[in-house]
Amino acid sequence: MSRAARRRAALNLTLALIGLLGAVLALGLGDYPLTPAQVVEALVGSDSGFARTVVVEWRAPRVMVALAFGAALATSGALFQSLTRNPLGSPDVIGLSTGSYTGALVAMAWAGSGRLATTSGAIVGGLATAVLVYVLAHRDGVQGFRLIVVGIGVTAMLHAFNLFLLARLREETAMTAAIWGAGSIGLIGWDRALPALAVLAALTPLTVAAAPALRQLELGDDAAGGHGLRVEPARLAILALGAALTAVVTASAGPIAFIALAAPQIAQRLTRSPGTPLLASALLGGLGLLAADLAAQFVLPMAVPTGAVTVVLGGAYLVDLMIREARSDKTAR
Amino acid sequence: MEPLQRLSAQAVTLAYGRRLVAQELTAAIPHGGFTVIVGPNACGKSTLLRALARLLSPRAGQVLLDGRSIANQPTKAVARQIGLLPQTSIAPPGIAVEDLVARGRYPHQSLLQRSPERDRAAVVEAMAATGVSDLAEQAVDELSGGQRQRVWIAMALAQDTDIILLDEPTTFLDIAHQVEVLELLTSLNRRGKTVVAVLHDLNQAARYASHLIVMATGRVVTTGAPSEVMTEALVSQVFGLPCLVLPDPVTGSPLVVPRRAERTD
Repeated sequence: MSRAARRRAALNLTLALIGLLGAVLALGLGDYPLTPAQVVEALVGSDSGFARTVVVEWRAPRVMVALAFGAALATSGALFQSLTRNPLGSPDVIGLSTGSYTGALVAMAWAGSGRLATTSGAIVGGLATAVLVYVLAHRDGVQGFRLIVVGIGVTAMLHAFNLFLLARLREETAMTAAIWGAGSIGLIGWDRALPALAVLAALTPLTVAAAPALRQLELGDDAAGGHGLRVEPARLAILALGAALTAVVTASAGPIAFIALAAPQIAQRLTRSPGTPLLASALLGGLGLLAADLAAQFVLPMAVPTGAVTVVLGGAYLVDLMIREARSDKTAR
Repeated sequence: MEPLQRLSAQAVTLAYGRRLVAQELTAAIPHGGFTVIVGPNACGKSTLLRALARLLSPRAGQVLLDGRSIANQPTKAVARQIGLLPQTSIAPPGIAVEDLVARGRYPHQSLLQRSPERDRAAVVEAMAATGVSDLAEQAVDELSGGQRQRVWIAMALAQDTDIILLDEPTTFLDIAHQVEVLELLTSLNRRGKTVVAVLHDLNQAARYASHLIVMATGRVVTTGAPSEVMTEALVSQVFGLPCLVLPDPVTGSPLVVPRRAERTD
């Protein structure tokens, strides 16, 4: 391991610690404020007083979901950006979140706005969009830039279709849909958080297993193939994994922009890592969504959906990224 | 007894999509030799190399490694026998030399089975053999072209294979670095590696190869020791270039000197 690699390990540890501290802090914030010491006491202590209810039942799901969903989105973004070798190759840019929204809207329009219908609609929509983009971009294998261009086109079409569906929905269903579409983790209690967290936990070892293949693909298809990687199956598996991570999050919380796009880029600059670092991206994504959610709750004069905060930040970031890419003019490959 | 050849293409038909590159091509790689594949542009040299490395599966025919088709062997098992330096590889931005070389260890690693000491030893040895040990902590993208190519070769060496294939390893290098790379390959060959390289320069091919495979438009024109195959007639037939072939004043290997160009094409 080189010095650079050891430095990255230390940085990851630091990020994890900040995440832990942030979580304890966040668990204390709200109408019933608690000091960090009280939070820890409520978490690990034996008494089952009001503080424990507040921390464990009310606030913990939201904090857990922020960290886990942020990590999942960022990991998904890191997988896609690494495969496409492009900072714009992020699941929200190539249409997966929009496709999940389409799936949820279709489910609401035809199967009612029950949670199961919406969730499965969103998952199916996200994955179907991934398949659609993959197939449309496929020509003797999938090349990164084509995937992004096709993805942006598909996003635009789905977005138009979403507006059409929203206009056709009954008013109260449309309200539900709009709230979901803004992306919020505030309404998620343990009952909804646990299934999603369980799926993400199941996807984690798969991501760890995919990491070596991802590092090989960074070297180019020939070098990766020469090292014994089966290039196209590996790429397909990683795309599927990335799509699944985004679909699970979007199905529970609605589309949350920015995290998947920005966390891997920030992680890469921070760690000065070769290629897109998975672990640092995940840690930063978790921190980022937690921070965005706290800002949505406590910083702004009125509470807004988390997705609204990330969209504003994400929009600014995306514009900045595009200007820089256009200037350096080294995107297309 | 060691077989005379471990790797060979048997009547392979090679194509990219609908574009046919070679039909019924047969070529054997002498074991322990330094084989160089030469031929005009687009004659299928690199395609043959890719097929030998299992990057391209033949439409018909097969590539044999120790008598078994490589298509039927696990990819990682093949990659522990045959290393490849592709024409273009991408160094992830900012990667340290040592970390890039270590990526060559991939075929020896699996999720459940790792031996960090062996990986480490192979990386150290590969960097020493290519003379990049001093650069271990440096970023690959800050190196000169010649150094970078030695790092890529080190990555292929870390793969610890008996056979190493190199696709135009000297392209993009100045003459001094070209010679440096070819000398390096010769020393690897002397230490027991079977080396196969695609080269453009006929004189370098003739000087360094122990065995030449001369190709034209998807077929093998001739094979053999450079002193036997590199003749005025062959160069004129394959490249359409009238020339003189003289003994190289330094090594005595055939030296191709073009006459005033009256290209026949």
